[in-house]
Amino acid sequence: MGGDKMKYTAQDFKSNQEVRWCPGCGDHSVLASLQRALPSVAEELDYSIERFVFVSGIGCSSRLPYYMNTYGFHSIHGRATAISTGMKVANPTLSIWQATGDGDALAIGGNHFIHAIRRNIDINIVLFNNRIYGLTKGQYSPTSPLGKITKTSPYGTVEHPFNPGCLVMGARGTFFARSLDSELKLNQEIFLASAKHDGCSVTEMLVNCVIYNDGSHKDISDKEVRADRTIVLRHGEKMIFGKDNDKGLILENGKLKVVKIGENGITEDDILVHDAHTKELGIHSQLVDMKYPDFPVALGVIRDVADKTYDDNVRDQLLEVKANAKINCVDDLLRSGSTWEVK
Amino acid sequence: MQHKIIDVEDVVIRFAGDSGDGMQLTGTLFADSSALFGNDISTFPDYPAEIRAPQGTVSGVSGFQVHFGSVEINTPGDFCDVLVAMNPAALRANAKWAKPTATIILDEDAFDEKNIIKAGFKTMNPIEELKIEDRNIVVSPITTLTKESLKDSGLDTKAIIRCKNMFTLGMCFFMFNREMKHTFEYLEKKFKKKPQLIDTNKKVLTDGFNYASNIHAIPNTYVVQPAHQEKGTYRNINGNQATAWGLLAASEKSGVPLFCGSYPITPATAILEELAIHKSLGAKTLQCEDEIAGICTSIGAAFAGNFAVTTTSGPGLSLKSEALGLAMITELPLVVVDVQRSGPSTGIPTKTEQTDLNQALYGRNGECPIMVMAAHSPSDCFEKAFYAGKFAMEHMMPVILLTEGFLGNGSEPWRIPSMKDLPQINPPFIKECEGKFKPFERDPETFVRKWAVPGTPGLEHRVGGLEKNPDGVISSDPQNHEQMVRNRAEKVARVADVIPELKVQGDQQGEVLVVGWGGTFGHLYTAVKELRKEGKSVSLAHFDYINPLPKNTAEVFSKFKKIIVCELNSGQFAAYLRDKHQQFNYYQLNKVQGQPFIVKDVVDAVNEIL
Repeated sequence: MGGDKMKYTAQDFKSNQEVRWCPGCGDHSVLASLQRALPSVAEELDYSIERFVFVSGIGCSSRLPYYMNTYGFHSIHGRATAISTGMKVANPTLSIWQATGDGDALAIGGNHFIHAIRRNIDINIVLFNNRIYGLTKGQYSPTSPLGKITKTSPYGTVEHPFNPGCLVMGARGTFFARSLDSELKLNQEIFLASAKHDGCSVTEMLVNCVIYNDGSHKDISDKEVRADRTIVLRHGEKMIFGKDNDKGLILENGKLKVVKIGENGITEDDILVHDAHTKELGIHSQLVDMKYPDFPVALGVIRDVADKTYDDNVRDQLLEVKANAKINCVDDLLRSGSTWEVK
Repeated sequence: MQHKIIDVEDVVIRFAGDSGDGMQLTGTLFADSSALFGNDISTFPDYPAEIRAPQGTVSGVSGFQVHFGSVEINTPGDFCDVLVAMNPAALRANAKWAKPTATIILDEDAFDEKNIIKAGFKTMNPIEELKIEDRNIVVSPITTLTKESLKDSGLDTKAIIRCKNMFTLGMCFFMFNREMKHTFEYLEKKFKKKPQLIDTNKKVLTDGFNYASNIHAIPNTYVVQPAHQEKGTYRNINGNQATAWGLLAASEKSGVPLFCGSYPITPATAILEELAIHKSLGAKTLQCEDEIAGICTSIGAAFAGNFAVTTTSGPGLSLKSEALGLAMITELPLVVVDVQRSGPSTGIPTKTEQTDLNQALYGRNGECPIMVMAAHSPSDCFEKAFYAGKFAMEHMMPVILLTEGFLGNGSEPWRIPSMKDLPQINPPFIKECEGKFKPFERDPETFVRKWAVPGTPGLEHRVGGLEKNPDGVISSDPQNHEQMVRNRAEKVARVADVIPELKVQGDQQGEVLVVGWGGTFGHLYTAVKELRKEGKSVSLAHFDYINPLPKNTAEVFSKFKKIIVCELNSGQFAAYLRDKHQQFNYYQLNKVQGQPFIVKDVVDAVNEIL
């Protein structure tokens, strides 16, 4: 293989192991999206397959590394982010992808999640958000809506959920995207953008759990309503949505507002243009926080900001220190400082 | 009074004061200059957990003991020949450690009513109350003299008072006819950017020296000749520094870059700090968000082909337990250093103990044996850290290295080794294979699997916490599981083929075998030496390797009528030996006070069973 440019197909990324998710589970389509996206990633970034590593924690989605024909590490609950971090620092040439769930990343692994984002370590986190614990058979998760009835909340939860995007903004993350399991095309587009982004990329995949939380995203994901209740953001494009492309977002008194083009004197020119590359958190924070029914739910790459990565900083510092070092091997080290001779 | 210079073999000095009085620095400077002079030394910092505990109270007393000699020195000494007490609380906390013949130096200025009451004395005469009138007590107005010495220095009063430890150090240098050259050099380096402080400190040091020579309260001074040490280049080193350097040496010898993911914790933090300095040797350190991330980033780094290390102390090891199981089942190389401290829970964080042995041996879910080894002296931490790296990488497994606060903070002279004298480290990397790579296929001799690093074409594979078959495929097959459990245990057990045999200090057979492990070596060795001098049939077997035990353990034990296991816990190693070698009867000597053994206690315990 060596330096020869490889052309891959989705098939090259499929392992021979039987996929064991429930029939109808949203994870299947995310896996398919990944396997379809990676040949383009490999081609555009000139990666060969041995550079990809899939890391995961525990949960349904964390089985994903076994289904990829790449290097993989299925670790322990919540810790995938820490494992990915160590891997990337140890070997920055690897393209690291992390499959994690809402429980794995935001409950038990919440600490590692925010710190990886804060450090801007160059990994690609795919957060499968089904708003439920599936593998343990149906308990509420940190993203379950308030009042959600589950096995551990028979009278409804009494706690507010996390919005993963808000956590990313709070930690001044450099990349956040959101999509629906069934949006295969959009997912591939996002995964390619995530791979190209230098830094910590978080992609929230709203996935359906057919067994324990069926229809948890159906308010926005059902075919008939999707166009009116979601907006797909692309950098440099107008924030327009709706079945008839007649709705859009404007800024009024610093707040986003949904308007109808052609009503109250609003023209297409009034609609905001999406700037994913601005460092400012203001609009991005509002975009990730948009909820149905007041707003369409934002999909696509919401934030994609260039910044130095942790792994780059580690490497640069190492080179800088090495260049000025007096101690260049352990023998130097052992003899540094105060020593004396016994003759 | 006639001034006499007396030759002595060894001396113990204990510096004690408020935790802000600079006693650790004073002790370190005295120790370093003794080491540079050629004495053998051993040091023991004994400090409170608080950075600045309430001033003047017994709980805020910080101590530093230096034992130096012209003979072999193996412990920081049980009792001291000179006690420096900077305030009443320091005297109260430490008087019990002063020999009947000891000289006690007191700062008269600190012995006012307020401080005497604060220290908990019932009367205004602490010396009488402590019944130490018969000691040679030197009462000097150290604070006043320091103020006088530096009145023209331009420093403010607070800064001047902070220099009183240097005045005291000067007095001690006089008592032991020590040159101040080394300390001068230290000051010049430390205050390079504040030249004013170089001169003031030198002045106060010299004034202390001269003061001691002028007063006649110190009738005799002492000379401790250089020790007869083996030829070579020496340095003073503490255990945490030695651990860090041993890890760097393992990285260099293997050619595998070092990665340390860690989280600050007393008393292990200095290892992370030391590694962080040496980026020029390619060491990457990551100060993580927590202990779990410390070990998990290291596991990730190990999978990616680095020599991975995580450093911690007892509570941190508890947090790392689950991930240790992951490193074990994925069979990735990892060194976990546990600088043990007093527990359980937060315990007494700055005090030493050997109470994490059970945790290291057993503290994980499932069948999860892990190699456990222990360092026996500050400088031995270098060799043990090096070998922990060698075994972890060559045998593809986590290794727990137990050191102790006593070793981590304690220091001793060390004959510097040469890297060419250390063995090679050859990790079982694989670059290509015929057919599909099987991650858990083993070497038939050692049971070691191959290390296939991501980025290597054709060896793509998955590892993880789920049980696998040898091909690396998830398996819940009952027979496969049991076989894999056995294989992983067998791999650890077979390390016994390559670790050194257990050595006996003293006769190879006899009445009593003293058994110890880890940082108690110096005390046990000294006790056994004393007993043997008295003609007693006593030998010592000290364990550096705990799991697996050296192969000749039973054979060594069988040559003695009685075995006494001495350790700083309630009997964890004794229980382990009872499990592994049930045919012997084990006596025990245990101490769980956050303090090292006292040689005399060991001698007494052995005499009792002789």
